[in-house]
Amino acid sequence: MSTTVESSTERITLGKAINLGLRRAMERDPKVMLMGEDIGPLGGVFRVTDGLQKDFGSERVVDTPLAESGIVGTAIGLAVAGYRPVCEIQFDGFIFPAFNQITTQLAKMHYRSRGAVHVPVVIRVPYGGGIGAVEHHSESPEVLFAHTPGLRVITPATPADAFTMIQQAIASPDPVLFFEPKARYWDKAEVDVSATDSAIGGGDGLNTARVARPGTDVTVVAYGPAVATALRAAAAAEADGISLEVIDLRAVSPIDFPTIAASVRRTGRLVVVHEAPTFLGAGGEIAARITEECFYHLEAPVLRVGGFHTPYPVSKIEEEYLPNLDRVLHAVDTVLSH
Amino acid sequence: MFTPDADGDTTPVGGPDDDLIQLLTPDGERVHHESYSARVDHLDTEALQSLYRDMVMVRRFDTEATSLQRHGELGLWPPCLGQEAAQVGSGRALGVRDYVFPSYRELGVAWTRGVDLRKTLHLFRGEDHGGWDPAEHNFHLYTLVIGAHTLHATGYAMGIQRDGDVGTGNPDRDRAAVAYFGDGATAQGDVNEALTFAAVNDAPVVFFCQNNQWAISEPAQQQSRVPLFHRGRGFGVPSVRVDGNDVLASHAVMLEALERARSGGGPTFIEAVTYRMGAHTTSDDPTKYRTRAEEEMWRRRDPIDRLHALLVREGESEQFFTELEAETEQFGAEIREYCRAIAAPGTERMFEHVYASENPQVSADRAWLAEYEEGFATEEASA
Ligand SMILES: Cc1ncc(C[n+]2csc(CCOP(=O)(O)OP(=O)(O)O)c2C)c(N)n1
Repeated sequence: MSTTVESSTERITLGKAINLGLRRAMERDPKVMLMGEDIGPLGGVFRVTDGLQKDFGSERVVDTPLAESGIVGTAIGLAVAGYRPVCEIQFDGFIFPAFNQITTQLAKMHYRSRGAVHVPVVIRVPYGGGIGAVEHHSESPEVLFAHTPGLRVITPATPADAFTMIQQAIASPDPVLFFEPKARYWDKAEVDVSATDSAIGGGDGLNTARVARPGTDVTVVAYGPAVATALRAAAAAEADGISLEVIDLRAVSPIDFPTIAASVRRTGRLVVVHEAPTFLGAGGEIAARITEECFYHLEAPVLRVGGFHTPYPVSKIEEEYLPNLDRVLHAVDTVLSH
Repeated sequence: MFTPDADGDTTPVGGPDDDLIQLLTPDGERVHHESYSARVDHLDTEALQSLYRDMVMVRRFDTEATSLQRHGELGLWPPCLGQEAAQVGSGRALGVRDYVFPSYRELGVAWTRGVDLRKTLHLFRGEDHGGWDPAEHNFHLYTLVIGAHTLHATGYAMGIQRDGDVGTGNPDRDRAAVAYFGDGATAQGDVNEALTFAAVNDAPVVFFCQNNQWAISEPAQQQSRVPLFHRGRGFGVPSVRVDGNDVLASHAVMLEALERARSGGGPTFIEAVTYRMGAHTTSDDPTKYRTRAEEEMWRRRDPIDRLHALLVREGESEQFFTELEAETEQFGAEIREYCRAIAAPGTERMFEHVYASENPQVSADRAWLAEYEEGFATEEASA
């Protein structure tokens, strides 16, 4: 009898893909545990942990007190004791009470102990705009963490990536900030849910960007929620005879510069898109690095499309704040006009 | 978990309600309390009517806002249904010079401060991050980050202290700060730090915790193993537990706490035991985590019904209730009309007040967007 493993794909949402990924990680390793506010019977406010407490019990899926510093701080202790805690922060704007624990403790413990202490903590954060929420419920703080050495910062853009990347994050020996593009939670796509343990690897998948759409005229780099916007821009540009290559960064720290540089050497033009403010943001870092590395290949200055230097505005005008299709195309036109 | 027993009764966090201060039973009977009755004994029919009207108007507003959200006019609404007595009772104890730092469902307190409740709609319509001028009624903007404002209230109280507005004995001068927050909030580091600062500074601040039993889906038992008012005691802050569905008791304990603060006696922690009868917000589905029986039990302790029963007991005429009903109908119509008329802001609003002074970064972004939008207008014109 043949024992080949059939690949089984399911059409699921990004939220469900994370749910399944968490489930796989918990099945694989009994030390994996989830902790956060309302993640138990309610299944989280976005239902990402739906059904997990029922199946794994309240020792492994823990409804914590309403205290983010407590969530991350105790997760650090649990990790030191050999567990692999996956924390859920309910919304981006509520990560700040835990900022101290994340940046002064979690990020540095391995370094300070000269490698003696491992803190494989994953912190899941729904982030970004586009859902019409009230203040503190739509923020893009990823660079505050990416700027902190010792943390990995990753963000999936598709259900398939969400499924594998959450498992890679949990398998990683490093602390990982796992930013979930909340506006994309309901996006559906085929996911190979039979992906084997070796596909997950030891967390080394976390360094590699993905060419989401090949193209020849302009490279567009995006991550998380902005990838879908970039892809829509590519489809629109194609109608005008312009070919965009869309790169989904996947990781904001570390950034996969080789993949971007290889693309820019072919296209000669680069536009970076993200929802976070452009001022001192990931786009600025990418622009600087690519200018250094691809100076003689660039036909135009690198442009950034992102948020303005303002707090996240009220939801009635967030469409104008977010880098939408038109603004991406405008930047593409601008780099092409050089 | 918070499961009612055979009689539908529940045991609150940390044990039975022995310490609960109550001046009005769920059946609408006044009860005597050695220390607190004196503070409300003088309330005559007119005063009771006025408290009743406050609660009814607040509930009407809340119901209207919930339905406006259902009709897509608001992005979100956090109902205060069931918490009217705790809010109105305590709010009516405040003096004009006291300053309140609310969380995000303090509709009843806003009402007692004289805030036009309709202004609370702006935030939830996604049109404004606030909606009212805090200085106008000494009612600060809502705080959505749980517990953060308890520190602000404590700091404000320290300011009052430095200004010499405490313990002068002059009722026109002495004042206090108040923070309103929930049971879940008591788990936050900020709240515990606020209690520390308040205690060591004898700050004139009242911590008013509405224990509405739930922090979204988590019962109060998941935040604490002791009755919440013991939290205050742990910091050396005088603390009381009051029946928050009893408007008279809520009023009396707040009067006492404010008196202590204003006279230089320092902070007080009040736990008002109440119940959030609706959903946490309109995005929440309480059937996922709590039982019908529990909701039923609390419905029988409705704060408005309770005062209604007292008024009837004291011979209140039907006319008062019918007139009030007509007034709420009128109020409902005004709320709907106001809400629908709130216009979306222009994009330039995004750049206003980011800083109090001119900022080149903001100006550059503003100019960029203006020029960009101008480009579209030109394109359209030439198309
Ligand atoms: C720092 C922070 N963490 C999480 C949240 C998300 N959140 C909003 S309300 C809430 C529950 C609050 O419960 P409680 O303090 O009891 O107040 P209630 O809403 O019941 O009045 C949570 C977890 C938040 N707003 N702020």
